[in-house]
Order: sequence, then C-alpha cells, then structure tokens
Amino acid sequence: MHDWNDQHALQIIADCAKNGQVLTSALRQLVDNFGYIDDASIAPLAKAFLRSKAEVYGTIQYYSDFRDSAPAEHVLRICQAESCQAVGSKKITKLVTTKTGIALGQTSSDGQISLEPVYCLGLCANGPAAEFDGNPVAELDEAKIDKILSGIRS
Amino acid sequence: MSANAVTRIFVPGDMLAIALGAGELVKELQKQAEIRNTSIEIIRNGSRGMCWAETLLEVQTNAGRVAYGNVKATDVNSLFEAGFLNGGDHEKALGQTEEIPWLAEQQRVIFNRCGIIDPLSLGEFQDSGGFIGLRKALQISPAQIVEQVTRSGLRGRGGAGFPTGIKWQTVLDTAGAIKHIVCNADEGDSGTFSDRLIMEGDPFRLIEGMIIAGLAVRAEQGVIYLRSEYPFAVKMMRAAIEMAEAENWLGKNIQGSGKTFNMEVFVGAGSYVCGEETALLESLEGKPGIVRSKPPLPAIAGLFGQPTVINNVITLCAVPDILAKGGDWHASLGIGRSTGTLPFQLAGNVAKGGLVELPFGVSLQKVVDDFAGGTKDGSKIRAVQVGGPLGAYLPPELFDTLTGYEEFAAIGAGIGHGGIVIYGSSINMREQAKYAFEFCAEESCGKCTPCRIGSIRGYELLGAEQIDKSLIDDLCEVMIEGSACAMGAMTPIPVQSLMRYWPEDFAEDIKAKS
Repeated sequence: MHDWNDQHALQIIADCAKNGQVLTSALRQLVDNFGYIDDASIAPLAKAFLRSKAEVYGTIQYYSDFRDSAPAEHVLRICQAESCQAVGSKKITKLVTTKTGIALGQTSSDGQISLEPVYCLGLCANGPAAEFDGNPVAELDEAKIDKILSGIRS
Repeated sequence: MSANAVTRIFVPGDMLAIALGAGELVKELQKQAEIRNTSIEIIRNGSRGMCWAETLLEVQTNAGRVAYGNVKATDVNSLFEAGFLNGGDHEKALGQTEEIPWLAEQQRVIFNRCGIIDPLSLGEFQDSGGFIGLRKALQISPAQIVEQVTRSGLRGRGGAGFPTGIKWQTVLDTAGAIKHIVCNADEGDSGTFSDRLIMEGDPFRLIEGMIIAGLAVRAEQGVIYLRSEYPFAVKMMRAAIEMAEAENWLGKNIQGSGKTFNMEVFVGAGSYVCGEETALLESLEGKPGIVRSKPPLPAIAGLFGQPTVINNVITLCAVPDILAKGGDWHASLGIGRSTGTLPFQLAGNVAKGGLVELPFGVSLQKVVDDFAGGTKDGSKIRAVQVGGPLGAYLPPELFDTLTGYEEFAAIGAGIGHGGIVIYGSSINMREQAKYAFEFCAEESCGKCTPCRIGSIRGYELLGAEQIDKSLIDDLCEVMIEGSACAMGAMTPIPVQSLMRYWPEDFAEDIKAKS
C-alpha cells in the first residue's frame, strides 16, 4: 500500500476514464493502491466520469469498501452475520474489544489497529470467521486472537 | 511404488483451507519431504466441500485417493512416520476419499469434479466431462439451446426460483445489437458458500455455463459480479478466464465455430443489496447499488439498458450438464417443479458442516440427520434458518418438510440459495429477530421508505421493554407490501417466523421486568 499521491491518483483516474471503465472501477483502484479515497480526488473524478461532485461523494459513501480516510496499520474484520452468531461471534467480538480497548468500527488511538464488522466471508461452516490484514481466519478463538494481537504489539 | 516415484498430494488452496493453515501445512510438507529425500508433488485443488475435515489432505495411491482430515502443519512429521505416502494408517486417516459416507451418500452433479481436479487444468477439466455441454451448444441453434434449458425445468438458484428457460427466451426474443450475460456472484447470504467453492474449485464450469448462455441468447459479453469478500475466487476466476482465452475457449471464433464470447470479472465493494439483480446492474454501471423499479425487466432493458441475462453462479453451473445430458435428464431429478440438484450448505452451530449436493425433494430432516451430525457444541438443535438472512427460522417440528420451492413456500419459508444455518440451545430468538431488522437497516439501499425506516423502527420495537406484537405485525405488513425489493419485503420473514415458533423468547423479558 502506498501513501496518497495526487499525481498517481490523477493518473489512475485518467487511465480508467480513457479505457471506458466506470466510476466505481476507478474507486476500486484508488482504494487498492492507497487504502482510501482522498477528498482531493472527488473533483477530478467528477470531471473524468461526467458526474456531479455530489454523485461521486454519494457513490464513495454508499459502498463500505470505499474508505474516505486512511486505514489503521492493521485491520481486523470480524464476521457479524448469522452463521457466526450461531457459534458465538458476539462473545468473541466482545473479547476482542476488551483486549484492544476499542469498539467495533473504531481505530486505536495509536493508529495501530481498526476493528470492523464484516457480513459473511463464506467460511460459514467453520465460524467464527474473521479477516486480518486481508488474510482469512476461521474458527476464531482466544488463542488466535492473542496471536494476532501480540504480532501487532511487538 | 518405486522409491523414486513422485507421489501426488492434494492440499486445497481454497479460502477456508488457507484460513485453517493450509499454507503452513504445504511448507512443512515440502520441508519434511526434502529432509527425507522423498519426491512429492503438491496439487492445490479446490475443496471437496467437507468443511468439517478441512484441511483435508489427500494422497494419490495405487488404490485411489486416501484422505486425512483436519491436518495441521504439526501433523506432518507423524504422517510421514505413519507412511501416509502409501496410505498408511494415522489417527487422522479417513480412508479412501470416495468411500467416506458423507461424500458417498451425496449425488454430485454440479460439484462432480470440485475438489478432485486441479482447478486451473483445462486438461483435467475436459477429462472429467468439461466442455461436452459447450461442444453440443456450438452445434445447435440458440432456440434449441433455450429449449433444452426450458425442458430441464431449471430455476434460479439465487433464491427467487424463476424459470431460467423463460428468462433466456425473453432475452433471445428481444432485439438488441449488444446483449449481456451477467453472473451474480454476490453471494452475501450468511450460511452460503457454494458459489465460492465452485469458483475456487471448478472455475471452468462457470465459464462453460456462461458461454452457453451467451450462445443461447446471442450475447457476446459476460461479466461476473463477484463480491470483494471473496478475493481467492476473484483471483481464480481471472486466471481461468485468461487460460480459456489462451486456449480459444473464449474470444473470437471459439474453437473454429465462428462464435464470439468475452468475459471479465467485476469486483463488488461490500454492499449486500447488490445481490439484488437491479441493484447489481446499477453497481456494474458504476453507480451506488440502489434498486431499480421493475418493469422494465433486465431481460428487456438490463445492463446499460441492453437485454441482459442475470443468473446466479450455481444456475449457470447447472447448464453444462443440461446440454450434455439433455433437459429431460435434468427434469427427471427432483420433485414437482423443483428439478435437478441443489447444493445445500450446512453452517452455523454444526458438527459436520459443508456442502451437500442432493436432488430436490429430500426432506430437511434427512439433510440434517444424515450429514450435519448435530451441533458443534453438542446441544440440541433449536432451529435452522434456511435461505440466508431473509429466510425463515424453522423449528425441528417442521424438519419433515420436503426441500422444494413450492413445499417451502407452503410453510411460509423459502429455499433460497440452499444455505442451512443451524442453531443450538444457546440462541436467543428475540436477539435474532432484532438482528434481522438491524441487518436490514445496515444494508438497505435507502430507496424506499418501508425498508429504510421500517427496519430501524422494527429494531427499536424489539428492543423495547414491552413487545407490542400487533404493532410489529403491522410494520411487517407495510414492509412486505410496500418495499421496492426483497430486502425490505422479506426481512419480516425471519422476524415473523421467530415470533410464531418461539413466542417464549419474546415473553421472557417482559415477565422478568414486570
């Protein structure tokens, strides 16, 4: 993941528009490159894709993948959907929030970790499921949580 | 087996196996084989769907493939000591894979080669029946392809159960210079993973199904709308498309037939409602996934206003066998108007979860009894939810219901995408009902008031000290009758089924507080 770079972002936007791709394709590439979509890109996106700035902003806000601020160093997403609830995902989520001192949807004050909800990773026979920095984790338990968190702190 | 022979070992590369440590397992296998000066070849197959035994390691022996279940990197040393390369006995041995009752008792059609072949081997794909349906389709007219699909009785596996043949006929009959095949791979229902498994384990099957759909309606482009939560499937489908292009199974003049079909993968961005077909089309056009009013039907004016077939992954994956074996063969499987097979998915609090493919018509009881093996925590099964977040919760008294679209509709439920989430004794039904509204509020696209506001009011009503059942029923009626799509119109299904079958969970709090 790279730090936000206006020139690079403008290049991505121009390339997507030139190749006939849609607005969300450009948003996807921006997120994949920088981890988020900086407000600075709203005006150029609007111009390139013939939308109003409000429409671009609305599209970014609509999709949960399209962050509008830089993510934490590490992101732990824990499934909150039914299958995982059936095997105690709420309890395990609570354990994580206790250990990290932050609630679901929050980022630690040192910017090290964000906890996020996710609704189904398709690992439903082996819940609770989670994803840490893009890597899937199944059968999440306290030992696995401790391993993940100790890796962050060290 | 000679000392120098290379033994083939299968370790799934699918997302679940990776989540359970298959990556470390492979490294350890390679390391130990090197130490022991033994030649092994590791094939990263897809999953057999036996999720309870993942990571499932298989060894090719002279007598067939031998399986070891729940294998971790720490088991590798003892596996070598036990002579697993020759199928040696070990505490994790499951015997011949094909003879494991959990697999042997299934009737696999769509998942016939998933977990068996190397997902990216076009050779193994064709050796196991791949492209037979497509070859047939290339020789007959679009109308004849549609006729076979219509005769098959195939219905949409995404949940709505709409007859696929009728959908295809409409697109074929609609004039349009450009038409589209859109595959709905936005498998967002909790408790479902059949789309993921097939895309990761047998990607060419989906490609074959989409090409046939293209030939049937004279569409030359296809797109898979694939959710971002499935990065492994995205990678696999893209690699498979590239290989199919290289071998001229995609692109211009496919295998010298003069027919053209191109495909791409479009990655979603974390919105559940984009699984609704018109929201999905909006999303593909680069806009927020807000549902469209119907009519016009997507078949008439779909993607970019052009005639469009939208089918679920499993629907399209059922098509190759229909062409290969005939529509009548498919129609002979199942019950009533629910023909063919359904890949059930057992999830939640389940001892033996995974994918179970059987013809429609088997009772829910049989699926649960013969395959689930009870709950994971050993408690009694209190409920199952069938068909995802918008499906009904059913008590054991209703497990004798036969699995079929009409049979489930008769008890106010839906078969959906075949997901069965099992709940044990610890589950609180009022919490589940609250969650149904909460999820709807989280994922509502906001277009219509009954869904956008109703979901929030419902959540509040269920959180109140006194539950006003008649007011909740009123609200549910408004949502059912007034919502623009299934998101709002079906959220009352889980809520009302919970209140109907487990009234005690909704009375408890009131008593405790009074």
